[in-house]
Amino acid sequence: MAETLYYRTASELSRELESKKITSEEIVRSVIERTKAVDGSVGAFISFDEDDALARAKASDERRSRGRELGPLDGIPIGIKDILAVEGQPLTCASRMLGKFVSPYDATAIRKLKENGAVIWGRLNMDEFAMGSSTENSSVKTTVNPWNTDCIPGGSSGGSAACVAAGEAPLSLGSDTGGSIRQPAALCGVVGMKPTYGLVSRYGLVAFASSLDQIGPFAHTVEDAALLLQAIAGHDDRDSTSFKTDIPDYRKEIEKKRGPWKLGIPKEYFGEGLDPEVRKAVQAAVEFYRSEGCEIVDVSLPHTEHAVGVYYIIATAEASSNLARYDGVRYTHRSPEAVDAIDLYFKSRAEGFGPEVKRRVILGTYVLSSGYYDAYYLKAQKVRTLIRGDFLKAFNEVDALLTPTTPSPAFRKGEKTDDPLQMYLSDTYTIGANLAGIPGISIPCGFSESGLPIGLQILGRPFHEGDLFAIANTFEQAHHYHAKHPELK
Amino acid sequence: MNYEAVIGLEVHVQVKTESKMFSRAPAGYGHEPNTLTDPVVLGLPGTLPVMNKRAIDQIIKAGLMLGCDIAPVCKWDRKNYFYPDSPKNYQISQYDQPICVGGQLEIELPGPSRNVMGEHKFVKLTRIHLEEDVGKLNHYDDDSLVDYNRAGTPLMEIVSEPDMRSGYEAYAYLTALKQIMICGGISDCDMEKGQLRCDANISIRPEGSDTLGVKVELKNLNSISGVRNGIDYEIQRQIKVVEAGGQVIQETRRWDAEAGAATLMRTKEMAHDYRYFPDPDLMPVRVDQEWLENLRATLTELPYERQRRYFEEYDLPYTVTSVLVPDHRLAGFFEETAEKCGRPKAAANWIANDLLRELSAAGIGIDESKLRPDHIAALVKLVEEGVISNNIAKEVFVEMFKSGELPGEIVENKGLKQSSDTGELTALCNEVIAANPRSVEDYKAGKENAINFLKGQVMRATRGKANPKVVDEVLREELGKL
Repeated sequence: MAETLYYRTASELSRELESKKITSEEIVRSVIERTKAVDGSVGAFISFDEDDALARAKASDERRSRGRELGPLDGIPIGIKDILAVEGQPLTCASRMLGKFVSPYDATAIRKLKENGAVIWGRLNMDEFAMGSSTENSSVKTTVNPWNTDCIPGGSSGGSAACVAAGEAPLSLGSDTGGSIRQPAALCGVVGMKPTYGLVSRYGLVAFASSLDQIGPFAHTVEDAALLLQAIAGHDDRDSTSFKTDIPDYRKEIEKKRGPWKLGIPKEYFGEGLDPEVRKAVQAAVEFYRSEGCEIVDVSLPHTEHAVGVYYIIATAEASSNLARYDGVRYTHRSPEAVDAIDLYFKSRAEGFGPEVKRRVILGTYVLSSGYYDAYYLKAQKVRTLIRGDFLKAFNEVDALLTPTTPSPAFRKGEKTDDPLQMYLSDTYTIGANLAGIPGISIPCGFSESGLPIGLQILGRPFHEGDLFAIANTFEQAHHYHAKHPELK
Repeated sequence: MNYEAVIGLEVHVQVKTESKMFSRAPAGYGHEPNTLTDPVVLGLPGTLPVMNKRAIDQIIKAGLMLGCDIAPVCKWDRKNYFYPDSPKNYQISQYDQPICVGGQLEIELPGPSRNVMGEHKFVKLTRIHLEEDVGKLNHYDDDSLVDYNRAGTPLMEIVSEPDMRSGYEAYAYLTALKQIMICGGISDCDMEKGQLRCDANISIRPEGSDTLGVKVELKNLNSISGVRNGIDYEIQRQIKVVEAGGQVIQETRRWDAEAGAATLMRTKEMAHDYRYFPDPDLMPVRVDQEWLENLRATLTELPYERQRRYFEEYDLPYTVTSVLVPDHRLAGFFEETAEKCGRPKAAANWIANDLLRELSAAGIGIDESKLRPDHIAALVKLVEEGVISNNIAKEVFVEMFKSGELPGEIVENKGLKQSSDTGELTALCNEVIAANPRSVEDYKAGKENAINFLKGQVMRATRGKANPKVVDEVLREELGKL
């Protein structure tokens, strides 16, 4: 039985745990075996602690046998991007800089998962400090796309997407600053959601760009993503940017909200640079919604062309400050060669950070510098307000927007590593949601001829995650792309 | 040529709170290194700041006491610079939207003598903002260690306009500021504990000119007298430079109190670019009218306002008010005593002279004193009613300071009651008259002073317990019989 469990959805597993057909230990053993079998080629995990996971699984079974289970996630293994603090576990951000750091505290999202009885399962690979779109900026290892191991899984949460796609965990957590959940979810053929800024506490999420970062779920299905988001959403008094709002029951929202919806097609997301196969798959999805009785209207988000530029000013500015604390003085990599304090800073940072992180820290330092601040950072913030305005204006008219998640399916390893600008452009459709603070979900909507997954992005009103789940679920129920799995040796 | 100095001060005051500015870790002084920390204070990856409302209350109170405008909206900015005492290598501060704007501080200039009040002057304030303190580096032979206990402590920066003209004015400014902070419960302002720290911006110009000269920033002024000495030294240095035909250069200098001199820290070219930008981890602060009024209702009277009231209400002399007013607890003690005994002048004298002397001899503060306003009020009453003499009262005072007993009990137990029993006194007077025939003769010959000697003898015989007025009457009566 165990070998067939690893590709089951979390909701199925949860129901079978509830009816006592299976145990958490069986699920976790299945996932561990699967990981041992395939992760040598997938490379999703930076590390995992088998004993810890099994102990948590047994504790869950014990609770359940006494009728004291903690909720639908009790006993379900969940992979964790290596950017979230888990007490007593390493927290590397895939950087040499934090190679020896062990977190003494739990992120709020992790604390909530533990309170729900979930089994924390492993540390997932990523671009160093979440800076990248292919997970090739990891200083630890390469993660590949389970659908084609010559291709990248996307990034920065590449490990989180690949591990779900490869059956190494039914659920995982990632973080999304400019598309880092939705883009790898699309490229790996799984569901990934970036919630509204402020819905999930950022406490314990290592900051890349504080005003853009959000934690979100990866899953096989929309229902599973809703299940996981349910557990981690909500106000936290340790995060001043977390929002006080009532969290609806997302799975009930999925059942309750049946449409038909009014859906907008932003013309700026279907212009030059969009791969024809992606265009075709997304247009087919649009036609599906039309056939379901949804009203489809063309909308415009006129400031879209500035999104990538604005993003790389704001995100790098915040990053340059956020990453200043990694200095060789305390818990970080400390250069053994340093001769004095200044030298310690220079050498430790030169040795500890990879090239993309350095590029962004330098860029961010530049845009905040005296004499440049107004021209770059201040102007970028003003344009950001306009971009948010575009979205909110569109949402006066439509319930949600349908777009491609990425301009193309997964690209090949090494294809864009020498051209940062091309790499940055792969986030062109996802960045807007972060700048505007709105929620977005990516769901599988087909495959390219070469068998690579294609993602449909649905963007919605702030704090209307329930709408997005319901809209996405409608498509998923009619297509079952999520039931297809890559063949891995 | 005569020169005039132009001085502005930047004063950092640690705000008294239970916990730190942006974390739940406790704030305090004198603890084991790195024990007043948590993941937020240490700036560990993933941690986030959350504002301490109490610290904002405190700065608003400080701002209201100093007559500042309280901004309806203010925000937090990051000040970016690398230094090992800073856990995040940026400090959360307020750059272009401080919480308090404007305001003024009343100071007293030196009077013609210690006993005469000097002229008062108002120094304008530019702004007050709130930020987090940094840790402390301890340097040893081979290495340096950092203690983050202080890191994250709420810190106010009070910036004055260049309104001061001498080291003494700066001294008076700090003294007045310190009194206000202490009486408002904003800070204990203990400079030895680093709770009050001062930097000065100093320039000179020809007397009568109204343009500003090139300013020099003077740092490390670690005591109030250090501020005066450091500033006076810098003024003289600048005058020397100019008189030698040179120009003052914009730079930061560091005062060395032991050497009595300042050394160059950095020039303008070496100045930091702090790359300020709004902290995305924190929301702006909105202060509404209700919040403001609630805090306004808790404000205490300012020291100089109190002094003026003491002049008017109690008719106290300057010397006594200048002892009572600077310490708000002492002033409170006085007012309670005056209220209880209805004799403010007597109460003020007891406190300003006897109580302060005893407190300083015992090395304790007013809060630790066993002697309370009730004691002094009762003592004043006993003297007034003629139960004890002033001299006996002094003795009783020392006794009640030591034991905490009420004066009535002490007088009773020690038999110190003033005697007005004329029968007993008459006998005693006659004894004294008989023993001093010479003085009696002198008295009879019209030497009024002679009776004082006889009175003294009677008082001594009663060990001071006799009522001097009654003794006088009885003596005259008995002498008249001769």
